[in-house]
Amino acid sequence: MRLLPTCPCFLGASLLVCVTLPLAAGGGANASQSRPAEINVTHVPVVTVKWHHVETSYLVALWILVAGLNSKLKSFFPESALLIISGFILGGIVWGADKAQTFKLVPRNFFYFLLPQIILDTGYFMPNKLFFSNLGAILVHAVIGTCWNAAAVGISLWGCYLGGAMGNLQIGLLQFLLFGSLLAAVDPVAVIAVFEEVHVNEVLFIWVFGESLLNDGVTVVLYNVFDAFVSLGGEKINAGEIIKGIVSFFVVAFGGSLIGVVFAILISLLTKYTGKVQIIEAGFIFVLGYLSYLTAEMLSLSAILSVTFCGVCCQKYVNANMDEKSVTAVRYAMKVFANGSETMIFVFLGVTAIDTDIWVWNTGFILLTLLFVLVYRFMGVFFLTWILNRYRLVPIELIDQIVMSFGGLRGAVAYGLAASLDETRIKEKNLMITTTLIVVYFTVILQGLTMKPLVKWLKVKRVSPTELKLIEKVNNRAFEHILAAMEDISGRIGDNWWTRGWKRFEDTYITWFLMKPEARKNRDYLFSIFHKLNLEDAINYVTEAEKRGSLAFLNQTDGTIVNFEKKLRFSGVMPDIMSELDFGEKSNISDIKDTVPSVSLNIHEHEMKRMNEDFNAHHLLQQHLYRSRKNHRHKYSRSNFSINQSEDEVQEIFQRTMRSRLESFKSAKMGVTPAKKITKHPKKDPNHKTTDKSKKHPYGDEDFEFSEADSAYSGDGGATGGSSQRRGTYTMGAGVENPAFMPEMDTPPPPWVTEAEADTSVAPSQGAQRYLPWSPRNLHRLAPLRISDRSTDSFLMADAPATEESSEESPQQPSQRDGTHM
Amino acid sequence: MGSTNSTLSKIPNAGDLMQETGFSPAHIVRLYDRYKALDKDKKGHLCPQDFGAIKELAMNPISDRIIGAFFSSGQEVLDFPSFVRILAHFRPVDKNRPKDPNSPEHINSRSNKLKFIFQLYDQDKDGKISRQELLQVLRTMLEKQVTEEQLESIADRTIQEADLDRDDAISFDEFRKSMEKVNIEHKMSIRFLR
Repeated sequence: MRLLPTCPCFLGASLLVCVTLPLAAGGGANASQSRPAEINVTHVPVVTVKWHHVETSYLVALWILVAGLNSKLKSFFPESALLIISGFILGGIVWGADKAQTFKLVPRNFFYFLLPQIILDTGYFMPNKLFFSNLGAILVHAVIGTCWNAAAVGISLWGCYLGGAMGNLQIGLLQFLLFGSLLAAVDPVAVIAVFEEVHVNEVLFIWVFGESLLNDGVTVVLYNVFDAFVSLGGEKINAGEIIKGIVSFFVVAFGGSLIGVVFAILISLLTKYTGKVQIIEAGFIFVLGYLSYLTAEMLSLSAILSVTFCGVCCQKYVNANMDEKSVTAVRYAMKVFANGSETMIFVFLGVTAIDTDIWVWNTGFILLTLLFVLVYRFMGVFFLTWILNRYRLVPIELIDQIVMSFGGLRGAVAYGLAASLDETRIKEKNLMITTTLIVVYFTVILQGLTMKPLVKWLKVKRVSPTELKLIEKVNNRAFEHILAAMEDISGRIGDNWWTRGWKRFEDTYITWFLMKPEARKNRDYLFSIFHKLNLEDAINYVTEAEKRGSLAFLNQTDGTIVNFEKKLRFSGVMPDIMSELDFGEKSNISDIKDTVPSVSLNIHEHEMKRMNEDFNAHHLLQQHLYRSRKNHRHKYSRSNFSINQSEDEVQEIFQRTMRSRLESFKSAKMGVTPAKKITKHPKKDPNHKTTDKSKKHPYGDEDFEFSEADSAYSGDGGATGGSSQRRGTYTMGAGVENPAFMPEMDTPPPPWVTEAEADTSVAPSQGAQRYLPWSPRNLHRLAPLRISDRSTDSFLMADAPATEESSEESPQQPSQRDGTHM
Repeated sequence: MGSTNSTLSKIPNAGDLMQETGFSPAHIVRLYDRYKALDKDKKGHLCPQDFGAIKELAMNPISDRIIGAFFSSGQEVLDFPSFVRILAHFRPVDKNRPKDPNSPEHINSRSNKLKFIFQLYDQDKDGKISRQELLQVLRTMLEKQVTEEQLESIADRTIQEADLDRDDAISFDEFRKSMEKVNIEHKMSIRFLR
């Protein structure tokens, strides 16, 4: 069993602790003797064991180490459950040694030192697009759901108390409500810990996750309001107070978020201007994030909301502004902090249990609380989802609802709130703490444990058990791609006027304000892809030239057909180099000698020999079919940093699409008939270039948050941040707009117009038509991709020698289009 | 951008379209808005570049084919009714719509959905998916690492499984038969907004 390898770890660590503790006791004695050093020193201490100096930190560090090693069992248990159990053991040991619980999770430490970095981490890595498009549903669940939970649990418990199920307690309705409110909140730490291992679909995940973050606003309000009510006493509560309570909710929630946003702006501005101090840059994020937490806490607003929104809002700009290395450093550091804190929280949650001082057992109270918490969670989720489903285009299924209800885990926040209750006013504080702890353990351990099997079990019923045939597999995947495409064509979910308007606003004003100018230019995804492609081409070109000794082969005029086969890395010469070299003999420059294909053919033959083994076609399909949108896993994970997996695939597809368009464009320009799949569209028309600009990405239209949302954790930073300098020199060197960067390769050549139809007769004439834009006079007007048609800050403006660009700002006259666009 | 909510009256032949495709008025209006939004130059029709502008589409391995499906028979313009007709293939099958035995099959019937897919594969429109065509599709859907030989092997085996009359190509009937067990209604439907 898998437990075996970690047993030695456990044993070893516990032995270590057991050994050191008596030493501590003994050492303590020694220390107390040798501290009045002037009096009782009998000998010069060469080495003393100052255990008590380091006791706390040592044990904590030791247990984090052990807990970290626990991760071997992760596939079996959820990590949080394991940690709690380790906490039990540690607590048992410490209690056994000291007869008192010296290690406690003090609420202050928890709220000020352990929680903020976890929330900052979640905010920073939040998939923004998903989050904001589901914000309505999340808010409904967070606000209404939490209020419902609080009220229902409180009132039911009170009802049961009145019914006598709990014996004699000194509790009133208000205290029940207070108790209910602190138990109502779903805990983000616990949710992450469990859901991370259970891969549910995106929407479900973001619902639960977002809810757990946003309900803090409600919890804080409810807690404070009921706390105040309890202090006031039941008689003084009237409508005025209740209204104040409701108002305070809005103030707390929005105030907290506002503070988060303000700090996010500060961080972005800071990173914008600190290009020189890159090492410290990364640190600023943590410091300012923490400050946002403290500021909100100081103003008694919702601190969690503050940090969340700070992370959510700043991620995009910070990642764009900072150097690639800083971005990576921040990401990793955040994960480390968050992981460490989470580990400590759970261990301490376990440790706190082993303390006889707090344990008060009241069967009725505890069991009833558990029951109500569970039942009302299910009820709340089902009811709210039913309402929401009527307005959703894709309803949330029953299975997802069950998982969502089941995922309503309580965690350390509830415990922290319980522990900070005032015992003078709330006599049954210990009972409440006990109950909270039990609820937390139950949800985290039991529900966490059963979550994965439950998900599997629920899903198993729906999948057909028979092995699909190859054609079914291929078709299934094709369907997914087709559906994704149709969804894109017909407009994505959530694509509406607000999203578009916001994106436009954001693009023109906010990024101008918060992002470095270079970063803004690099942001365009298409542009960066093109840049990559062209760089690859350039590298191949030079490599090939070096193989041949010089660039002399360029001047060969044997007019061979350009082979744009994908296998050939050498698929084209960069147009800007061409433009520098020779404008006259266009047809030659892109020719590639036959020897190049034969080089690759040799490799191919070699591979063919190797590939004569049997392989499993099914296996191949399984492995290598491109994943569709539905297949991509949800992207948030605490410990798994798989930044580039799906990104690579998508990039590959994207590059290929763009490359095929690029090549067809080039071939169109050259007047060379391309081979293979890429042929020209028979009905080409120079004026069709007017439609070129439609290819550029108007930010106001598509909800393309892909690069932005993922920029926090995707590897496309390589295309953006790091390459800014290269790009600068590159375009500068070219001196002209790089026509290769044009995305609108006339029309995307329909690949199904097979080579048989390749109308070679048409080629020259079209080549002639295409010839025109290539003349030097017009070259500068072949503008690269524009970010938006209203962007005043176009990098090409900055780079372009020509001033005609400014005339393009005016509304287009289609008749003048000959390959120009803004 | 054309994001104003046009009323049904502005859309030409809306009634016929609804009848033919089964879309509700709200759907038609929404699709019309979308059509207008895609048509950035306000030409009044769509051309392939407009589809190319949809960024997510560029991430799709078979995007070219899909765009081609809209612009069948080499045209370059796509008017609104054609746009809607193609999208209508993907409407969820509605079980409640009264089936008139005399009328032609609904555009989003299972058979028509399959036909649409078949046409995506069958580029030369000869009614059969040849080995070459299958190879092309597979090539677009598989990662770079897969070698030619592996690709051909996969294609061969796929045809073997489906090809019943041994002509080394998949006809529409064979295709349909092989998809019997697949829940086409579910897999080939998207919900249109509102």
